[in-house]
Amino acid sequence: MLEFRKEYFKDEREDGLNEVGQPRQRQDMLGHVTGRTRYFDDHAFEGLLHLKVLRSPHPHARLRSIDVSAAERSLGVKRVIRAADVPVNKNTLLSLIGFGKDDEPLLAVDKVRYKGEPIVAVVAESEAAAYAALAKIRVDCDPLPAVFDVEEAIKPGAPVVNETYPANTFEYHDKYNHQKLRFGDVERAFAAADFVLEERYQMSPIEHAPTETNGSIAAPETNDRFVVHTCTQALFFSLGTAAKLLDLPSNRLHFIGGTVGGGFGGKVDSLTEPLSILGAMLTGRPVRYVLGREEEMLYGCPRGAERHYIKDGVMRDGRIVARKVTSYFDAGAYTRLSSYGAVKCIAHVPGPYTIPNVHADSYCVFTNRTPATAMRGFGITGVDFALEVQMDKLAHKVGMDPMEFRILNAYRDGDLKAHRREAHNCALIECVQVAAEKAGWPIRDEFRRMNSLTGGGGERAVIPATVTDELGRIGSGRPASTPSPRAPTLPIPPPPRVPQPMAAQPRVAPAPTPVAPMPPAAAPPAREQPKPATASPQHGATRFSSVFGTRRR
Amino acid sequence: MAKHRGRGMASINYPIGMNLGGDPSQALVHSNPEGKFTVTLSAIDLGQGMKQVTRQIAAETLGVPIADVYVDTADSDTGPHDMGSFASRGTHRVGNAVMVAAKEARGVMLEAAAEELEVNAADLETDGRGNIHVKGAPSRAISVKDVAVAAQFRQGKTIAGRGIFLIPLSEVNAETGEMSPVSCYAHACLVAELEVDDETGEVSMLKMTSAYELGRAINPKLVEQQLVGGAWMGMSHALYETPEPYYPDIAHGPRDYNEYVMPGPGDICPHDIAVLERPAPDGPFGGKGPGEMCANPVLPAVANAIFNAVGVRIDELPITPEKVLRAIKAQGGARPQAAAGGRR
Repeated sequence: MLEFRKEYFKDEREDGLNEVGQPRQRQDMLGHVTGRTRYFDDHAFEGLLHLKVLRSPHPHARLRSIDVSAAERSLGVKRVIRAADVPVNKNTLLSLIGFGKDDEPLLAVDKVRYKGEPIVAVVAESEAAAYAALAKIRVDCDPLPAVFDVEEAIKPGAPVVNETYPANTFEYHDKYNHQKLRFGDVERAFAAADFVLEERYQMSPIEHAPTETNGSIAAPETNDRFVVHTCTQALFFSLGTAAKLLDLPSNRLHFIGGTVGGGFGGKVDSLTEPLSILGAMLTGRPVRYVLGREEEMLYGCPRGAERHYIKDGVMRDGRIVARKVTSYFDAGAYTRLSSYGAVKCIAHVPGPYTIPNVHADSYCVFTNRTPATAMRGFGITGVDFALEVQMDKLAHKVGMDPMEFRILNAYRDGDLKAHRREAHNCALIECVQVAAEKAGWPIRDEFRRMNSLTGGGGERAVIPATVTDELGRIGSGRPASTPSPRAPTLPIPPPPRVPQPMAAQPRVAPAPTPVAPMPPAAAPPAREQPKPATASPQHGATRFSSVFGTRRR
Repeated sequence: MAKHRGRGMASINYPIGMNLGGDPSQALVHSNPEGKFTVTLSAIDLGQGMKQVTRQIAAETLGVPIADVYVDTADSDTGPHDMGSFASRGTHRVGNAVMVAAKEARGVMLEAAAEELEVNAADLETDGRGNIHVKGAPSRAISVKDVAVAAQFRQGKTIAGRGIFLIPLSEVNAETGEMSPVSCYAHACLVAELEVDDETGEVSMLKMTSAYELGRAINPKLVEQQLVGGAWMGMSHALYETPEPYYPDIAHGPRDYNEYVMPGPGDICPHDIAVLERPAPDGPFGGKGPGEMCANPVLPAVANAIFNAVGVRIDELPITPEKVLRAIKAQGGARPQAAAGGRR
């Protein structure tokens, strides 16, 4: 059942347009419902070869030697592709937008960093022939200690997962091992709060589980170019990634796609295109590389795990006065997009609420598991789970209805968000009101009358005196402090009563807890000069700063 | 041993487009000599309806019927650059690029029509049914088809347009996190009603009730498809899915759909949805994007409803029967909480 509530925000909208707002049938519907839509794998090529990869059985191991001689002689094998055959065997996805250092080979060199990492590829006349050849490859390796937990990974002495980031954390601004958010003074506000609640939340990885697995078909064209049929979610992103790894001018690649059998974020990493094209380059024949279901589920890059610690200070009347969040994004063995997700989390904290004191640290941590990637709600879904369960606990603690508690703390037009931009176009209050009404969940009149358009701004738009710090400098060791899990709730003696406009003027949004202006804290002296980052053993290249990270050419 | 009903809620907002911007999309629009338009993109249709949303935006902007517009995507030789289909950016970013391109094409179309009608182009309007006429004088009209023929064969004009939409990349302050992440947000609030079996730890969804605010709904049916399916995905994330059931232990990885646990048709529940539209000031016709955020409120709403039903807090996803049962046992049995919102 779905209804439109046109009465909301009616003044901001012109209804009655010809096409926009009309429930037109989609142009591709007939093809979809009759099973005739063509996907990447529906393109037939004469002489099509099949590519499969040998995957690491270990989550962390040093590669001593790889013997492919028997595989090369195996029936139907056209070509064995080794790491040395990859023109530029090191990349990071976001290098296309200048974010991060190249940290991931297409085929493993010297070391494998997660179970399932591709080591060697075989191109053969059939999938069966490719699998038979893979079984004949001998890999001699020494297993290494592995680390799987984000907080274990950042402890001193943890195994180094990815030598590009020797502290197992992504580096932000060439300076910190995490991204910071500082707004006001949370410690001062915690001291003044009626209740403080600190909790730990965890989201396990999640598989995209698309109907169509990742895959591509690459074929040489007669004009010295390669056509690539692909299910990528980002055509030029994948084209650019392939061009970089294969050291090809972008116009020698002709990517065709656009119709995809489910993505949810799992088809951005360009898992198959570079190898399909390399196979076509090396054999002169069309090459198909499609992940099997097991490969898709185990090695096809899931939504990454997240761990969030949230500490809130709340007053008896329900106003949240401080929120402190520490987040760990489990990137797995390589950065992919996790570094971006951690910054998106910082932009999202403290959620759709106006809280006068906010402090957050967001880490992108390397572990010996399948590299994580984006998925529906990337950087937000796990954070929202944590924030909204926390909100429920806080409402319970202060004895407030959870709907009213949301409305009381909701952001409104004109409020200042913790990332220091003014909120506008807000609609959280209205969503809560409508959901409550539809669900038969009574809320009091004063909360039914509130709205997003009024009551914001003013004191709620003032940048507070903010405490900053230099904790977590790269090279200064592992993170200085880690919140203890399951810290007990600390009841704090009530502070002197603060003015509460809520009681007198129910329509007016509450003012933030007044925190006396204080001089910005002097930056603590750097405890240690940052050590120069360990030089990468492969593809030496210059680094230069970008907006929020470092990058290599 | 009994089944306990509970209700829980959650409210969220969601940023539209890539965090920090810097994610351009381009579009090309052109007419054939019969006044039929093609929108050329490199955006991806994942099933969400990218082609249809941009088609409706193009038709509305051009002022022609939907049947006279088709969208062609994605071929890197013909489609101009687009960042990709992710981050809820399709409707907002690509839609804006299509609008810009369609406006340019419409401008040429009206100039060509003005030349044929011997009037000023500024005095013309489209009727959305394939005709162009003088404002206030519907009889002084010409069909889009005739305009296209005239433009191509007599006037030598290309009825075509180029569009790009880019929100410039924002910097991030290393010390404070100051940044401009996105230009607009979608919003939602969802109530989950469920039943917890205190003997098995199993959770059965009974009903979801929600309000989603997503800017202008360009196509209400596509919105419905996203909200219904997305909420199921959220429910699946809440109660079922993970390839690492004992994270951080990497063991027990699923190899197929038998081992990767997801809800089946018997596990989903009715969902009563209200849609609110507060137009985004910089969205195409105010559009934002419902794609990703529709799943997000379900996860915490389910967790909160489980607490309401049996008094246990499960703070680790997914909330499997094993976790629920262990928590109930640790607590010494189910402890139903006060009825949420007056009832269960």
